[in-house]
Amino acid sequence: MTTENIIWFIPFPPLLAFFLIVLFTHRNKALSHTLAIGGALLSFIASMVVIWRALSIEDLGQNPLVSSINWLPTGETWFRIGVLVDPFTVVTLFFVAWTILMIFLYSVGYHNFGQPKGEKDKPGLPPQGATIPVSNEHLADSENPDKKARTIKVPSVEPMYSRFFAFSGLFAFAMYLLVVSDNLLTLFIGWEIMGLCSYLLIGFWYAKPSARDAMVKAFLTTRVGDVLMLLGIAYLYSQTGTLNFRQILYNEEVLNQLATTGSGFLGLSAAGLIGLLLFAGTVGKSAQWPLHVWLPDAMEGPTPVSAMIHAATMVSAGIYMVIRIFPLLSAGYVDGGPLTPTLWTMAFIGTFTALFAALIALAQNDIKRVLAYSTISQLGFMVAALGIGAYVAAAFHLVTHAFFKALLFLGSGSVIHGMEHGVLHTGKHIDPQNMFNMGGLKKHMPITFWTFLFGGFALAGFPLITAGFWSKDEILADAFGHKHYVVFIVLAITALITAFYTMRQITLTFLGKARTKEAQHAHESRWTMTLPLIFLAFFAVTFGWIGIPEHFPLLGAWIPSFFYPFVDSTLLESIKPVDFNVVPLLTSVIVALGGLSLGWLVYRNVPAGAPDPLQQALGRFYTVLQNKFYFDELYDFLFVRPAYWIAETFTYQFVDRRIIDGTLHAVSRGAMSLGSFFRNWIDKPVINGTADMVGEGAKILSRSLRYIQTGRVQQYLLMALVFAISALFYYLFVLIQP
Amino acid sequence: MDFIASNLLTLILFTPTLVAAILLFLPRVENQLIRWVALIGSLIPFCLSLYLWFNFEPSSVSGDITSSFQFREQYIWYEAINSSYHLGVDGISLILVLLTTLLTPVCILASFSIKERVKSFMILFLLLETGMLGVFLSLDLLLFFVFWEIGLIPMYFLIDQWGSEKGEREIWGGRKVPARNYASFKFLIFTMAGSLGLLLAIQMIGVVTGTFDMLVLFQQWPAVEGDFFGIPFTTVKAIAFWAFVIAFAIKVPVWPFHTWLPDAHTEAPTAGSMILAGVLLKLGAYGFLRLVLPLYPEEARYYAGALAFLAMLAIIFGALAAYGQSDFKRLVAYSSVNHMGFVVLGIAAAAFAAGSDHAILALNGAVLQMFAHGLSAAGMFFLVGVIYERTHTRNLNDFGGLFPLIPVYGGILIFVSMASLGLPGLSGFISEFLVVRGAWPVFTVFTALSMIGLFFTGVFVLKGLKQVLHGPLNERWVTNNGDTPTNEHGEILTEITFRELVVIAPLMVLMLWIGVWPAWILDVINRAVMVLF
Repeated sequence: MTTENIIWFIPFPPLLAFFLIVLFTHRNKALSHTLAIGGALLSFIASMVVIWRALSIEDLGQNPLVSSINWLPTGETWFRIGVLVDPFTVVTLFFVAWTILMIFLYSVGYHNFGQPKGEKDKPGLPPQGATIPVSNEHLADSENPDKKARTIKVPSVEPMYSRFFAFSGLFAFAMYLLVVSDNLLTLFIGWEIMGLCSYLLIGFWYAKPSARDAMVKAFLTTRVGDVLMLLGIAYLYSQTGTLNFRQILYNEEVLNQLATTGSGFLGLSAAGLIGLLLFAGTVGKSAQWPLHVWLPDAMEGPTPVSAMIHAATMVSAGIYMVIRIFPLLSAGYVDGGPLTPTLWTMAFIGTFTALFAALIALAQNDIKRVLAYSTISQLGFMVAALGIGAYVAAAFHLVTHAFFKALLFLGSGSVIHGMEHGVLHTGKHIDPQNMFNMGGLKKHMPITFWTFLFGGFALAGFPLITAGFWSKDEILADAFGHKHYVVFIVLAITALITAFYTMRQITLTFLGKARTKEAQHAHESRWTMTLPLIFLAFFAVTFGWIGIPEHFPLLGAWIPSFFYPFVDSTLLESIKPVDFNVVPLLTSVIVALGGLSLGWLVYRNVPAGAPDPLQQALGRFYTVLQNKFYFDELYDFLFVRPAYWIAETFTYQFVDRRIIDGTLHAVSRGAMSLGSFFRNWIDKPVINGTADMVGEGAKILSRSLRYIQTGRVQQYLLMALVFAISALFYYLFVLIQP
Repeated sequence: MDFIASNLLTLILFTPTLVAAILLFLPRVENQLIRWVALIGSLIPFCLSLYLWFNFEPSSVSGDITSSFQFREQYIWYEAINSSYHLGVDGISLILVLLTTLLTPVCILASFSIKERVKSFMILFLLLETGMLGVFLSLDLLLFFVFWEIGLIPMYFLIDQWGSEKGEREIWGGRKVPARNYASFKFLIFTMAGSLGLLLAIQMIGVVTGTFDMLVLFQQWPAVEGDFFGIPFTTVKAIAFWAFVIAFAIKVPVWPFHTWLPDAHTEAPTAGSMILAGVLLKLGAYGFLRLVLPLYPEEARYYAGALAFLAMLAIIFGALAAYGQSDFKRLVAYSSVNHMGFVVLGIAAAAFAAGSDHAILALNGAVLQMFAHGLSAAGMFFLVGVIYERTHTRNLNDFGGLFPLIPVYGGILIFVSMASLGLPGLSGFISEFLVVRGAWPVFTVFTALSMIGLFFTGVFVLKGLKQVLHGPLNERWVTNNGDTPTNEHGEILTEITFRELVVIAPLMVLMLWIGVWPAWILDVINRAVMVLF
């Protein structure tokens, strides 16, 4: 098979798995997950083959792998769709293929495959656990205080197991489609199908009201961005006559023309406005402020798995898109010159979001929510990096972040799973996701601990070893090197906060003593869950090494830099890497190590039931953070309620019912009145009256004439005589009168 | 075979009438027999349309408008006023004929659950089909008008006699009338009010040009100059233009002529709503394409802005009003206002930018949107009907958490709702994208504002899904053994049946097919649209 055909093939196996599961195998759990994982594996293998072959092509940036077919007839021409693999696709495909396969594998264990069915389990609710007779093995080491109990509670299998794999298959299809697309329209198709999958997966346990609300919130919040993005696509298409990436982004003439055409809106150039509209899509999809509100709520999905879909893969799609269209966003920007309004907006939103979300993450107690906010914050880093023109740094952080954040989410899922064991054991209703109920899990869950530690350190940017350090350092170096000092300082502070809350999380969860009985009874997850953790931990560390800057002291000369020149060659015009400077490097090292140590110092000895030490330190600000700066309440007040009022009361009741129907009723009432006017004032008195008068008159006349109709001949003759004499007299005295 | 080929359109047009006539002689108590005869009879025009589809030569790009009509038949009809029985199809009418002949058997199958006066129901339904097909096939203005009016009558009776039994509507002074009578009357009067101007305008055209033949008029009428009884022709044409536009705008419906629609759709029987939303609304849009654009290119261009403005309001207010509903069927009904707004927006943009690429893209989108909406709206109404037959309620607050009880139905509802929302990969997306793409450079502000409507499309679709399927199980539905959910009236909520699956399956297949591979249908539309300019 040619490489191009393999690229076409990549997205489809998971899609096929989706249809097969939905239509045929949904009753058979084993077959369903075999199909889904088989599909994901096929795509994985195909991706690896494509990556391998692409890497062997010289100057892939100049000669990417492309193939396209006619899709939509548009007048005399056709709109073509196709696939494209250039250096940036290669690196994206790499992390997408790995994370997706790992999720699929992990899900088998997470949804308790092979466990008995729970008695109380219902589709639409998380499994409640099953009661099974105690075996001898259990009796031996049972710490159950009630020794007489003959049964024990164990985790039960997810009732909608097959459905989960079906949705995940569709999701994987959409993500692959997005990555290999060679044009904005099919990218958007993948983008939206992913939105649907995230909707379905966030609301996987749809019977929970919170999940039901979260699914709608996620879909609609991202849709705000999506409709704007659709406008951007339409605008771009009408300006250039194509949506193909290569034809637009690799074409100086088109870019120049876009940069010099005015859009007639706020003095922006066409490229600027298109860029902003498309970027709005990213703001929604990648949960940037002000559309960030959906992502934390998305944690309602089956604990880590869909959360990781949203946090590690889908939200990456937003960043992927803006990195992809970077030449368009930066049209009119000269390296080192002032930022264009579009880039400036991105730099601002990214930087602000990074800090803002990191602050909120400080005060969250739910293990997943901390990660959700940290995701928003890290995506902010990438957006900010792109905003200041650091193309490669953004791409680098995208990849490393995907690995370590996937690892962290899966790790947190494993933790929650372990805690749920404890909860089933004690039978009490405590929140298995609250970090203040944990502690000391290191002992019980060693694999989860060590892998989580790697992931956490990567997130915090632990120097030299972890991937997160290299990518974050590159962003800081770029900000410093291009003299965007505000961005630099804010991101450095954010990095400090990141390290701090990461260590807070690790310490509260794994270190110290167990704060609850449940935490004491937690135990390590099965191999299908831990194996993906190990793989991802490997990449969370090593992937950074391929991106060590060329001029980095010692290491730079020792390990050849691969990432920068490779990804940079995607662009038409190469961006020169910034010169090495010791200030950002030292800053990275200090904030990472400082934040980590501070976190450990503050949280190492939190006893059970104690409040968060940060609460005393921050006072009322802590409450504000805990309530996420009250954005949910604000939006509810500003948008949600007014929207329903406008829809229900204004549009329907007032405009449609009162005004329009009211007018119609008035017209019809008028017609009716007119009718009754004609009936009562014209028809009845005048026309009927006249007709009646004629009839009645004739009747009266004839009635009075009846008296002379007696039938007596003498009388008739007499009358004839009277008439004859009268006529004679009339003739003689009136007519002939001289 | 030769006979079929040379009289194909007449056969398609009158087979339903013939079947209706056969039904007339069947015993009224044999409901099952009547249903099957009607179904099989309605499949004949569908098969003939398929034959038509495969034998239709997509016209060459350079062809003029006359040669783009195929399978033409012309017979003398009213010689005195020079009106003839003239039929023909081009790409646009072809796909609408296909849509009509496809939806009719689907609707008849969906009405197998009707138990009262089955015979009259089926007869009316088949007559309705002839009426609708006649509009799409006519190439003579007078014939067009006749069929335009014929369609009204069966629909009136369908709503009035088989509409929902519950519900009252307050009109004025506290007077209350049964909702279905109110709705059918409103539907009839509203449309007739529009037809009045249409009839006058058609007559005037006939008087001035001495012909009703569209193909002749396309050439002559736009060029007519001089004056008419002392009034300059520019004025006369402007008035006639508005007479046409209002008649069609009511049918589409364009805001603010839309309020008959939620009433008629809500009160009509399931199959009636399906055909109303699926085909009847397209008559209006078809009128714009077939008559307004070719006959009044100048006026259409001049007034396109106003039309686009109204279309934008339809998109926004349609979606908002749908969101404001607590009646599931009314929610779906308002969604039609929203979706048809995109059709009109595309037409307006094409009218303004006639001859450009934008116009072709916008019209491609508009015509495809007609087909796509025909599928998704019919599907949605059917699904509302399915659940109504079981629960006898349409109030969204009476549902909730039904997904575990009826998983197959739930999955289908999500699928069709997503098609209605315009999810990429399903039919609605391609058409909406093309309309937005075509309209953006022409009416930038209106297109941008329409996005508010597109956003709220998502809002109301998700509201419907949320209220029906998700959340905790509504307390009305007690599950005893876990498999027979019943409510306090003893109504049993059962899974979708095989017959109902057969109804919805073809629609779903088409939605997916067009969403994934639109070229097969869009190519036909594209060629027809290119000839139009």
